[in-house]
Amino acid sequence: MDRKLANEEALKRLQDSEPYLVGAGIALDVVPGMKKNLILHAGPPITWDKMCGPMQGAVIGALIYEGMAKDEASARKLAASGEIEFEPNHHHQSVCPMAGIMSASMPVFIMENKKYGNFSYTNMNEGLGKCLRFGAFSDAVVERLHWMTDVMYPLIKEALEMSDGIDWKALVIQSLQMGDDNHNRNRAATALFVKYIGQYLCKVNGDKEKIAKVFEFINGNEHFAINITMAMCKAITDAAHNIPGSTIVTTMSRNGVEFGIRVSGLGDEWFTAPANTPIGLFFPGFTQEDSNPDIGDSCITETTGIGGFAMAAAPAIVQFVGGTYKDAVSYTKEMYEITRAENKNFKIPTFDFRGTPTGIDIVKVLETGILPRINTGMAHKDPGVGQVGAGLVTAPMDCFKKAARYMVEKGLNK
Amino acid sequence: MKRVNDIFGKDLKVLNIGLEQFCADLKEQDVTAIQMDWRPPSGGDKEAADLLSALLG
Repeated sequence: MDRKLANEEALKRLQDSEPYLVGAGIALDVVPGMKKNLILHAGPPITWDKMCGPMQGAVIGALIYEGMAKDEASARKLAASGEIEFEPNHHHQSVCPMAGIMSASMPVFIMENKKYGNFSYTNMNEGLGKCLRFGAFSDAVVERLHWMTDVMYPLIKEALEMSDGIDWKALVIQSLQMGDDNHNRNRAATALFVKYIGQYLCKVNGDKEKIAKVFEFINGNEHFAINITMAMCKAITDAAHNIPGSTIVTTMSRNGVEFGIRVSGLGDEWFTAPANTPIGLFFPGFTQEDSNPDIGDSCITETTGIGGFAMAAAPAIVQFVGGTYKDAVSYTKEMYEITRAENKNFKIPTFDFRGTPTGIDIVKVLETGILPRINTGMAHKDPGVGQVGAGLVTAPMDCFKKAARYMVEKGLNK
Repeated sequence: MKRVNDIFGKDLKVLNIGLEQFCADLKEQDVTAIQMDWRPPSGGDKEAADLLSALLG
């Protein structure tokens, strides 16, 4: 297909998708291809021995949570034994933040793209600081995962079943008007989720104290919505994937060692390069030296035209990721140089409701030399520690060069 | 040559391309100056420019 027409089709799908949060389930039951000995991770494919500290830490925690290992030593032995398989979330219609570890017993949210009929999945957010997704695996981390599975998940699942599903695109549109970029500021989206799900949570058949604890947990975690928003983005970008001739990027993701992209017209091939390390603000006691290179599936948000691409809509985010509001405005403006559309749905109030820059085109990245800007959480480089801060980072140019070279060599640009 | 020299007898109005500090320094000296947002094609990366040419045929 002609590149221009192919890109128009991809851009149409990026904007007219209708993603709805339709339910929750256990990964083994609902995530395509999930198996008991399979652990899914963020980013492009990687083996246990090559994984960074926080990803290994999260795998250790997941094996303990699954009851397959009793401690760090036995988890490491099992992970290295070959009995456990590792695959990217993206190969299973899924996305998860940071280390992105999803194992068979974990509860997941289910997103349906009602326009195109595809589904996506994500795990549930644990909060900030010492969390599995940042590589922590202490008893407290594993206990919280069990509480989320045994107490929170059944109540949320029942509440979602009472609803007709949540129009998550409408929720994100609204949260952008309320100061969220929907990557590292999710306060409004989380509040909107609580507002909506609350009417059903009040009606579920459960112990009132447990229901109250679920409200308390979500209320105490202003990032609860990020995973669900990521699933929305995955459902949207998957619909725009596999359009022959298109040069629009449909995946950006990192495993803490490599940054990888996939391009609509280039099938399921990953184009990778060493991940950059984010620069940002650190929690007390941590410094730049502690930070692991860029990690997580969460830059599916920027791929969809929100997150770092919508920072101008979120003035308060600079207090979390660093810089000034002027910087946030210039980052968003710069992203119009490498994208093909101004989003028909996601708008920036401070730009007089201009649509967010949407649809990264590898052609425009190569033309300008401008790289996608991402805001992100930062994990400690060592396993077992957790989050150390949040900051800003760019995708590496080599990913885009490799994609262009592949397209030319395979004759897919004709 | 004479026309060039004429410039120095007039108030300077500067359009700066490149390092923003030059523009900032002139502004500090009350010279009218604006910064042009410009960068070389492909960010000056020849390999990227060559790949782009090949990609676009």
